[in-house]
Amino acid sequence: MSGAAWSQSAALVAVLLATAPFLGRYMAKVYGGEGKAPGDRVFLPLERVVYRLCRVDPESEQRWTSYAISLLAFSFVSFLSVYALQRLQSVLPLNPVGLPGVDAHVAFNVAVSFMTNTNWQAYGGESTMSHLTQMAGLTVQNFVSAAAGMAVMAALIRGLARRRAATLGNFWVDLTRGAVRVLLPLSFVVAVVLAGLGVIQNFKGHTAVTTLEGATQLIPGGPAASQVAIKQLGSNGGGFFDMNSAHPFENSTALSNFVENWAILLIPFALAFTFGAMVRDKRQGRAVFGIMLTVWAAMSIGAMGLEAAGNPRLDAMGVDQSVAPDQSGGYLEGKEVRFGPAASGLWAASTTGTSNGSVNAMHDSFTPMGGGLAMTHMVFGEVSPGGVGVGLNGLLVMSVLAVFIAGLMVGRSPEYLGKKIQAAEMKLVMLYLLAMPAVLLGFSAASVLTESALASLNNAGPHGLSEILYGYASTANNNGSAFAGLDSGTVWYTTTMGLAMLVGRFFLIIPVLAIAGSMAAKQPAPATSGTLPTHTPLFGGLVVGVVVIVAGLTFLPALALGPIAEQLSL
Amino acid sequence: MTQTHQAAPEAAPPAEPGGREARAAARRPSTDGAMVRRALIGSVTKLHPRVQARNPVVFVVLVGSVLTTVLFVRDLPGAPAAQNVFNGLVALFLWFTVLFANFAEAVAEGRGKAQAAALRAGRTATTARRRTFADTTEEVAATDLAVGDVCLVAAGRTIPGDGDVIEGVASVDESAVTGESAPVIRESGGDRSAVTGGTRVLSDEITVRITAPPGQTFLDRMITLVEGAERKKTPNEIALNILLAGMTAIFLLAVVTLQPFAVYSGAEQGPVVLVALLVCLIPTTIGALLSAIGIAGMDRMVQRNVLAVSGRAVEASGDVDTLLLDKTGTITLGDRQAGGLVPMPGVTDEELAAAAMAASRADETPEGRSIVEYVRQRYGSGSDTGIAGSEPVPFTAQTRMSGLDGEHAGIRKGASEAVRAWVEEQGGEAPEALDHAVARIAGSGGTPLAVARSGGGGARVLGVVHLMDVVKPGMRERFERMRAMGIRTVMVTGDNPRTAEAIAAEAGVDDFLAEARPEDKLALIRKEQSGGAMVAMTGDGTNDAPALAQADVGVAMNTGTQAAKEAGNMVDLDSDPTKLIEIVEVGKRLLITRGALTTFSIANDVAKYFAIIPAMFSGALPALDTLNIMGLSSAHSAILSAVVFNAVIIVALVPLSLRGVRFRAQTAAATLRRNLLIYGLGGLIAPFIGIKAIDTVLTALGVS
Repeated sequence: MSGAAWSQSAALVAVLLATAPFLGRYMAKVYGGEGKAPGDRVFLPLERVVYRLCRVDPESEQRWTSYAISLLAFSFVSFLSVYALQRLQSVLPLNPVGLPGVDAHVAFNVAVSFMTNTNWQAYGGESTMSHLTQMAGLTVQNFVSAAAGMAVMAALIRGLARRRAATLGNFWVDLTRGAVRVLLPLSFVVAVVLAGLGVIQNFKGHTAVTTLEGATQLIPGGPAASQVAIKQLGSNGGGFFDMNSAHPFENSTALSNFVENWAILLIPFALAFTFGAMVRDKRQGRAVFGIMLTVWAAMSIGAMGLEAAGNPRLDAMGVDQSVAPDQSGGYLEGKEVRFGPAASGLWAASTTGTSNGSVNAMHDSFTPMGGGLAMTHMVFGEVSPGGVGVGLNGLLVMSVLAVFIAGLMVGRSPEYLGKKIQAAEMKLVMLYLLAMPAVLLGFSAASVLTESALASLNNAGPHGLSEILYGYASTANNNGSAFAGLDSGTVWYTTTMGLAMLVGRFFLIIPVLAIAGSMAAKQPAPATSGTLPTHTPLFGGLVVGVVVIVAGLTFLPALALGPIAEQLSL
Repeated sequence: MTQTHQAAPEAAPPAEPGGREARAAARRPSTDGAMVRRALIGSVTKLHPRVQARNPVVFVVLVGSVLTTVLFVRDLPGAPAAQNVFNGLVALFLWFTVLFANFAEAVAEGRGKAQAAALRAGRTATTARRRTFADTTEEVAATDLAVGDVCLVAAGRTIPGDGDVIEGVASVDESAVTGESAPVIRESGGDRSAVTGGTRVLSDEITVRITAPPGQTFLDRMITLVEGAERKKTPNEIALNILLAGMTAIFLLAVVTLQPFAVYSGAEQGPVVLVALLVCLIPTTIGALLSAIGIAGMDRMVQRNVLAVSGRAVEASGDVDTLLLDKTGTITLGDRQAGGLVPMPGVTDEELAAAAMAASRADETPEGRSIVEYVRQRYGSGSDTGIAGSEPVPFTAQTRMSGLDGEHAGIRKGASEAVRAWVEEQGGEAPEALDHAVARIAGSGGTPLAVARSGGGGARVLGVVHLMDVVKPGMRERFERMRAMGIRTVMVTGDNPRTAEAIAAEAGVDDFLAEARPEDKLALIRKEQSGGAMVAMTGDGTNDAPALAQADVGVAMNTGTQAAKEAGNMVDLDSDPTKLIEIVEVGKRLLITRGALTTFSIANDVAKYFAIIPAMFSGALPALDTLNIMGLSSAHSAILSAVVFNAVIIVALVPLSLRGVRFRAQTAAATLRRNLLIYGLGGLIAPFIGIKAIDTVLTALGVS
């Protein structure tokens, strides 16, 4: 790794350390529910309007079941609205290029994708979606699907923090407050900054220009900066353009790249501190932050290192792949020269560690293990730091699992934050752990057995397997980043990947809410020197070990036949 | 399989290595050849699918064994010899895996079964002399007795059933239940009225009212408990089983989907290899040993002469946060001891000491003996009172004094008012200093005993003996250990708060409850529980019963009343209240053993992947041979080595699962660090070494 890579990552960590704790504590007040929160004067009237329109009583609390039903109902309505907008966009306004309605199976896939906060794009943005669909459908989902994920997290934290409680909060209030007080103001600021750095923001259609060579080129326009801001902040990742953040209109300079990378990681990392504040034990929050940071840093260093090292076969051909002031160096295929291997590797680790999925380089073109690391980072369950809300949920579930396995070793029935982990919670934890591998491995296996599914591959051999595995890893984990090279627009892939996204979202969220409900009812035992401390580096290491071993044992055989075999054959 | 001989009995706990342990050891059958034989038979009889279905992990192995056996037989005629050897050995070792799992459980059950057999053998068909309405007696079989029947039991007869003594007093041999050969006194009324069916009256005759129907007596329940016939899965065991079943499902998924990926990669696998991979990955080690660990935990309680009503109670004892300990008999010696002499003005220490000793010579109570001992230690035995031809005056409830009378003089020792009256009767006068001394000693929680002497035409008070509570030796260290483990100790006493505080400070308990009535104890337990704490206590009286029932771990003394024994969830046959501390350690040891072997089992999988994945795929994808970091000689031997290791490790860990992982009194963080290092890191490394060693042996044998 070059000095530039180290300094970029160090700067990113420094900026995160400076910003995440503040935002985390602010969000704890937003979701804390007790007393006043900053900005009440601005936000409260706005929220009251929403509550009145939706006939929500902000004071009433919900049990986990009605919380879950509210979330499901909201998600279903979201799905319908995005689906309808796509199908009817040709007759709706704000369609300057006159794009036709979207095909049914693609529209299903896209609606599921944005409703589940995945933003897998089985389409090219500028050539498929009208401005209205982008703004009223996709961008709205960017906000509310992220806010819904954060709401579930708020419910889980309350479940852990409360004693002998029946309720977890109010979904509609959490949804509204998350969108109004966190996502909207933050994306406003980030959008302005990005626009200032050269990301485009207009309502134009295609502008025809004559190039220097005399050819005519259509240059797309649109409100990119505002969508890019929420795409990064809300772990969405769906690009305005097909090339996502590799496109200069979405990500203009090295500085905008840095800002966007920071925006990807900000809220997920900040939520660790929100957790610490809400359970009234800052050490717990710092421990969670430490776990997230450790895994993310390891994956970042791995990806940056592999990409900077380049391809040994090119070395054998006498190609100079070294990183130097006058050349980006490294394995440059599929990367922007502006970003080079360092910024591309760092981004790859960040976008797969969160459920973001936006890309500034093509992961398909990474070194085999560079792409393999991106895949591995997703199959860890996206907990480092994970998507907004759902990442923390995943890490807390893994912590519960770690407590259960290791907690016994201190000679007590396992307990997390003083609450006993019993059969009911373990059932839900196992359901949570099974859902993602089931769809990921199941659909991947079905795909390699299906002739027509294999026809979508651009590559044979281990790389082809990687392309399929990556596609389902991305959708089953609600990531949304794509390993190009797989034509995923077919009926098979849009349908199965749509199902993978649904399972990856709801078969994880519902067990989490059930765990929250079950934990809320418990009376915590007092912490003594005889109880397992869950804020120490030792416990942090244990959680990292559990995350790595659980994913490793589940996915190693498949990964061995894909990226590992490919890398070792170089 | 001779390793099971290593399943040596528990080493005696550090606290009381004396007679009790020896007694328990005597009743405990050793792991002898007969037991191993029974366990071997048990491993086969347990193959019944209904038995296997209770354990999802081992059940999967059983299905795998059947499947590989069928495949082996099917391919036998056509396949090359090497393939047949491989298939056969995989099938064989999968069967061994199942048998080893059964063996572990059978060995664990063996001890309990042998104990139950010993208890049964001691039980003879008994008859009872039942009192009839006409106030005569009739001879009936003990099995025909009903609750409420009244029986007469004479010396030499066996008590026909559990009951309460309603008339008489007798010495009873309870060794059938407790293993303790010294007889105990059972009498009507009070807290020593409960008798146990199957015990024998040695002297006198008692009348017993039967309180338990035949077949449900304490001895019956005891047999059922040690035998483990009604063993139910404990809450933690259920949760752990869910984890193991879930992991089995995940690995099933990983292995089933691997075949399509393998076909895609041009490396289709034989079904025997896939079954081998699956069995190696699922947590067979802990799955096989889980029930043995639970049974052994119950057994460890029995070895300490504690009968737990359920495994749940044993488990709960590991979770205890607060221990309620009665002061008298638990923290302090049951009787007060001489702790000081307060002479009156004008009296020397020696004079008082000599008189106190003389007055106590005939006093056989522990207090009296303690005074003699106290004086001897400090003043020697040579001091003389100068009273010739003395006769002892025994203590009576009327005089409330004891002492001696000589020809011209006498000495009295007793309650201060009684002594004062005696002195004044003979024309003497009690000094003011007596009142001060008595008030001070009483105020500090001690008992004052005045000593006076008559002679020479008058009588005078010599001084006061200070009897005080003496904390049992070693209690402070025990409480420190408890504190290190995060357990709070609370002393419960009827004393006033000042006294209680002094003793609490001396003993080193964390808190105390003074002037406690039974209902205060109950309230304290409820308060602790509402704060989330798990509470353990001991009790013996009927008025302890509600608190025993409320506590998470309620240990009733065997000498206690029937009500107390029924309210608690454990009975201590030795009636030793300090046993509570050992009970907690047994519970912790059980949980630690489960956690350690679970961690070990999961950590093992990493090495198995490094053995099996390259073996499966390096043929089609030679690059993957890089992962063969152990340098295993061939694909067949790599897979076989992993399968063999997986089976052998179960047997190797049987002794540990029966003995339990050692528990040290230290903080949870330190315990975790230690056990993670041994069982986590050890679990990662051990199979690399083991698999490589087995591969070397297999290669040397030319198996593959």
